Amino acid sequence: MQAGMQEFRGTADYIASEDLMNSVNVSMALGRPLLIKGEPGTGKTMLARSISEGLGRRLIIWNIKSTTKAQDGLYIYDTVQRLYDSQFGDHDVSDISQYIRLGKLGEAFASDEPVVLLIDEIDKADLEFPNDLLWELDMMSFFIPETGETITAKHRPTVIITSNAEKELPDAFLRRCIFHYISFPEPEMMKEIVRVHHPKLEDRLIAEAMEAFYWIRSLSGLQKKPSTSELLDWVQALAVGGISLEKIRKEIPLLGVLIKKNQDFDIILKRLNTQGPAKTKPRSQTLWG
Amino acid sequence: MFVNFFYELKRTGVPVSLTEWMTLMEALSKGLAFSSLSGFYYLARAVLVKSEAHFDSYDIAFQNYFKGIETPVNVLEQALEWLKDALPPYMVSPEERKLFQEWDLDKLRRELEERLRTQDGQHHGGSKWIGTGGRSPFGFGGYHPAGVRIGGESLNHSAVKVAAERRYRGYRSDETLGVRQFEVALRKLRQLTSRTEGEKDVLDLDGTIDATCRNAGRLELVWDRSRKNTMKVVLVMDSGGSMDPYIDLCSQLFSAVNRSTHFKDLKFYYFHNCIYENMYVDPACISRYAVKTYDVLRNLDPEYRLIIVGDASMAPSELTMIGGAIDWNNMDNEPGLVWLERIVKHFPHAVWLNPIPSQWWEPRLYYGAYTISLVRKLFPMFELTLDGLEQAIKQLKARF
Repeated sequence: MQAGMQEFRGTADYIASEDLMNSVNVSMALGRPLLIKGEPGTGKTMLARSISEGLGRRLIIWNIKSTTKAQDGLYIYDTVQRLYDSQFGDHDVSDISQYIRLGKLGEAFASDEPVVLLIDEIDKADLEFPNDLLWELDMMSFFIPETGETITAKHRPTVIITSNAEKELPDAFLRRCIFHYISFPEPEMMKEIVRVHHPKLEDRLIAEAMEAFYWIRSLSGLQKKPSTSELLDWVQALAVGGISLEKIRKEIPLLGVLIKKNQDFDIILKRLNTQGPAKTKPRSQTLWG
Repeated sequence: MFVNFFYELKRTGVPVSLTEWMTLMEALSKGLAFSSLSGFYYLARAVLVKSEAHFDSYDIAFQNYFKGIETPVNVLEQALEWLKDALPPYMVSPEERKLFQEWDLDKLRRELEERLRTQDGQHHGGSKWIGTGGRSPFGFGGYHPAGVRIGGESLNHSAVKVAAERRYRGYRSDETLGVRQFEVALRKLRQLTSRTEGEKDVLDLDGTIDATCRNAGRLELVWDRSRKNTMKVVLVMDSGGSMDPYIDLCSQLFSAVNRSTHFKDLKFYYFHNCIYENMYVDPACISRYAVKTYDVLRNLDPEYRLIIVGDASMAPSELTMIGGAIDWNNMDNEPGLVWLERIVKHFPHAVWLNPIPSQWWEPRLYYGAYTISLVRKLFPMFELTLDGLEQAIKQLKARF
């Protein structure tokens, strides 16, 4: 590692695995965008927040929607406004730069201090979207033909890109990225994550809840498996609701917090009676004892 | 440096490019691997591999290239190769199971190493070599009361030790995956056009200038339509008894198609083994929910993309004989093949997805494969896996 290089080590409220931290540092050292994939709810978006906090840099978030175009991230030339202004002659419309507004990527380039840029859910946009950004992300600069101005990054921003894999990303784009796949946390790591978010909860409550949670995830045929963020909500709900510990594995109360689909509800309730987690021997001692 | 590793990766099917390789070299020269093999493992993976579907292949290549450097030789990959093309599982009675209660793990492991050294290829159904469906202590899907399961699925629950662990195996794209992956694949099925309908929400600059000039300089804005998907899809599924083992798979495909909001129109129909004069709007395939196949053909124009899902495995008479339909009350006066031909003539864009793996489509291997070969003469057939679906979609998008 180069001297003076800032290194990402996770933050107090975000547990990052060893290889994730590695990937973040590699992408920063090489100045390449880091592409993060993973199941929904594994903390992809939270990562950027944690990096910005950990390094003390400003976070710029560019939320991608299905209608977002690559151009929107660079700058927007408000033609309509200019046309309207020209109509009445009360504005000086010869200065085009007053109708140029920088997008999120442009903002990150123009910033005077190094920033973290999060391009969130890039797969939501059109298939060609990532290709349209290749040059800009490579060169960290773009040209505004309307004003003849070139915006160049003063400091190379740390670019984090998240994807839910709704669309395949183009190869040319992938070649330029560092890739990391956040796999679903193992029970031990999950316990740490729950601890970080709910430091005051009883050990046994967490153990029981996790037992039930991993049992549900192990069921086949679920349309949507519950994820980390749902577990966190559920643990919170269990604690607030004052549910007795014995009930958690036997009945899985407040199931609605974990499960969002009707069919999944039915599957779980049906299996709960025959092979629920209460029927199997608790693994608590061996797994997190 | 490590040039052969690059080729090893290519050989195992990881699509690495020179750009990425140069990036890795740059990273190494900056010391980002921290001079350790595990550091190198993560670094090279982050730089070279761009999809979790290739993690497993990467693991294999890494093992091949670096074997003997850090960990002792891992010959299990070879054994896993031999275990491909599995036989159906061998089931045992509890009495048989009792015969072997005691087995020494160390002895077993020694024998496995011995076998790995001496075995030279695939062996299935026997009782000594590593293979599937047999009674050898090594392999999977077979039965030896205290055997070593190597990969595969535990079926008789007797493996003393699961010998192979490859964590990212589940993400391979040639395996069948979940709803989400199907959805991703389906998204490629689209055909964009801006001509027909939709909201006019994009400023047409040329049109605006034109109209404003005509308007003697008074601003007149002209809006245009954005591009929309015009793809229309009809999905027809076999819900017969022989499809039962694939219900999970089919329902995953169904929910993926159902959730795809990007199609202009989407229709579902069901049939039992083969399509005759009726199709059904309900998987139960009872006459109350029947629609005339002729009506369907009349109502849906040939622009619809037809996806048929079925195992195409039935008695040959169901395809070739008049009145051959499996349901008694369905006394057709035309054989199934005539109906299938009629359908494929109406829909030039049609594919058949088969949940039975393609290696079984060869008639001498499997009893249902004769009818599969008949159906394949009419429809382009693909496996119902992610790869198969992607190929099928390519086929559907082709223009004539």
